[in-house]
Amino acid sequence: MKILVPIKRVPDPQTNISVKGDGTGIVTDNVKFVINPFCEIALEEALRIKEQQGGAEVVLVSIGQKVAQEQLRTGLAMGADRAILVLSDDELDAATTAALLAKLVDQEKPELVLAGKQAIDDDANQTGQILASMLDWPQATFASKVEFSGDKKDVTVTREVDGGLETVAFTLPGVITTDLRLNEPRYASLPGIMKARKKELKEIPLAELGVDAKPRVKTHKVSPPPKRAAGRKVETVQELVNLLHTEAKLI
Amino acid sequence: MSSEIYASPDHEAFRAAVRRFVEDELAPRAREFDANGKIDKSLYRKMGELGMLGIRYDPRWGGAGLDWSYTTVMFEELARADNAGVTMGISVHTDMATPSLHQFGSDELRERWLVPAIKGELVSAIGVTEPDAGSDVAGIKTRAVRDGDDWVINGSKIYITNAATADFICLLAVTDPSAGYGGFSQIIVPTDAKGFSYQLLDKIGNRGSDTGLLFFEDVRVPVTNTIGDVGRGFQQQMMQFQDERLVACVSSNAASLALWEKTRTWCHERKLFGKTLAKMQVTQFKMVELMARLTADRELVHACVRKRMRNEDATLEISMAKLLVGRTCRVVADECIQLHGGFGYMTESAAGRAFVDSRLISIGGGADEVMIQYMAKMLGF
Repeated sequence: MKILVPIKRVPDPQTNISVKGDGTGIVTDNVKFVINPFCEIALEEALRIKEQQGGAEVVLVSIGQKVAQEQLRTGLAMGADRAILVLSDDELDAATTAALLAKLVDQEKPELVLAGKQAIDDDANQTGQILASMLDWPQATFASKVEFSGDKKDVTVTREVDGGLETVAFTLPGVITTDLRLNEPRYASLPGIMKARKKELKEIPLAELGVDAKPRVKTHKVSPPPKRAAGRKVETVQELVNLLHTEAKLI
Repeated sequence: MSSEIYASPDHEAFRAAVRRFVEDELAPRAREFDANGKIDKSLYRKMGELGMLGIRYDPRWGGAGLDWSYTTVMFEELARADNAGVTMGISVHTDMATPSLHQFGSDELRERWLVPAIKGELVSAIGVTEPDAGSDVAGIKTRAVRDGDDWVINGSKIYITNAATADFICLLAVTDPSAGYGGFSQIIVPTDAKGFSYQLLDKIGNRGSDTGLLFFEDVRVPVTNTIGDVGRGFQQQMMQFQDERLVACVSSNAASLALWEKTRTWCHERKLFGKTLAKMQVTQFKMVELMARLTADRELVHACVRKRMRNEDATLEISMAKLLVGRTCRVVADECIQLHGGFGYMTESAAGRAFVDSRLISIGGGADEVMIQYMAKMLGF
């Protein structure tokens, strides 16, 4: 089985993000970048499938600037077999990303695309769904459990939905997007890091894929959430109730 | 800072892996290891899987074949484990008890002991110091007498890290009392050998490591357990000491930097007479002085690392680094306790623990005074 795992380079969720003065985006100088945590979970699941089934190939894809090589190398160090980097300097929306991935699916012919349910930078939560629709493939999003049938042709996916679990099944090929509780990604080991140096990392300029990458979505402004104001202590319950009426206008 | 020694994405990936291991497996259990007086031995296998136990060793034996820059990354990150004893136990295994085996051991010996050591299946200890011989290594008395194809070993070793955890010891013993510096040999002794026993010692600091007295009573091991040539043990051990000292410098400097950062956070939170400690000039003066010293030490340590990356001898520089790092660590711990006030005196406080942990750096791996004597010779006195 061939599994395609798209991974996105995003700011480390542990770092403090600040917004640029002109509101065009976030400050990226001195910010550490990592593999989007949901993509990392997708990669871990792909590696587990590979280990269980034997003979599977895990191919990573990233779309972005040349620096995204770092995240691909980390993914290769975790155990992926090879990587493709589609070079683009522009910020791409979910539809364009999905179109590029669909093109790569045509070329690579994987049986499964395993993606994170969303990226923590723009939280769009659309790429996997749009990709499935473009390919006319079945999709199972927000996976918390992935199980294959004995002949590896069918897959059963448990999804976390409001108030419970939903189980869906489809016949491959298909798209699965991963939720937070699916697994705990492994560490890249030093031997893995060494092996990753020799693995293939192919770069493809975006233009070569013949996809219309003109953005359909425009970011007008990025602004930080309002700072929380300090609290205030009141002397009596009556005073609190009055303020809830007059100032907070909650009652 | 001289981050150029480890600026590649591979270094970053390894750093991230070690950091996660430390944050997930070591730091949350730091006080548990103190209470038990040792690390959970099963963690060595995880370290083995991550490739932490054979960084500079030949891939033929399961090592990564890398250089000192990766060792530096690992010990800088291990400093975040918040347990100097645990770090010391690991460093004894990786950089004090196995370098000779890797460099001089026969293929059979490396297959039998080094391969599982790199996997984390076996843990090692280094047996040099004795009740009557510490930094004057040539004064050791533990004797190995040849009997057919065996060594018969009698004697004792003291202050041995990993005493309870170790599966084998890289032992330095006298094999020919009449041969002077040519009369010592390094011998692998399994801790399940008949006639071997140990007794744990109670230390003031580094409580997360098991330190003990080792006893050898007619312990028999094959002569083929000798690392390298019979009679070359002293010289081989002197080379092994260089890595030991450099690792101590890297990890204690990193631990001090971590303590400095913790103390800065504390100073921003702790209020006294209506303002934080951080706002007081006396605090700022102290903290800046400390960081200046820590940075200077770090640069010297990195200079040593760079030399070792080129496989050059760095005996003089490493000895100097150990002298300065050991002293700086004590000053930093002392000042950080003071800034923490009463809380600093609690074992719960990182500053309090650093105060006792750091005292070892100027003693272990060669006491300052002995090292200064060697340095004086190297400097033409």
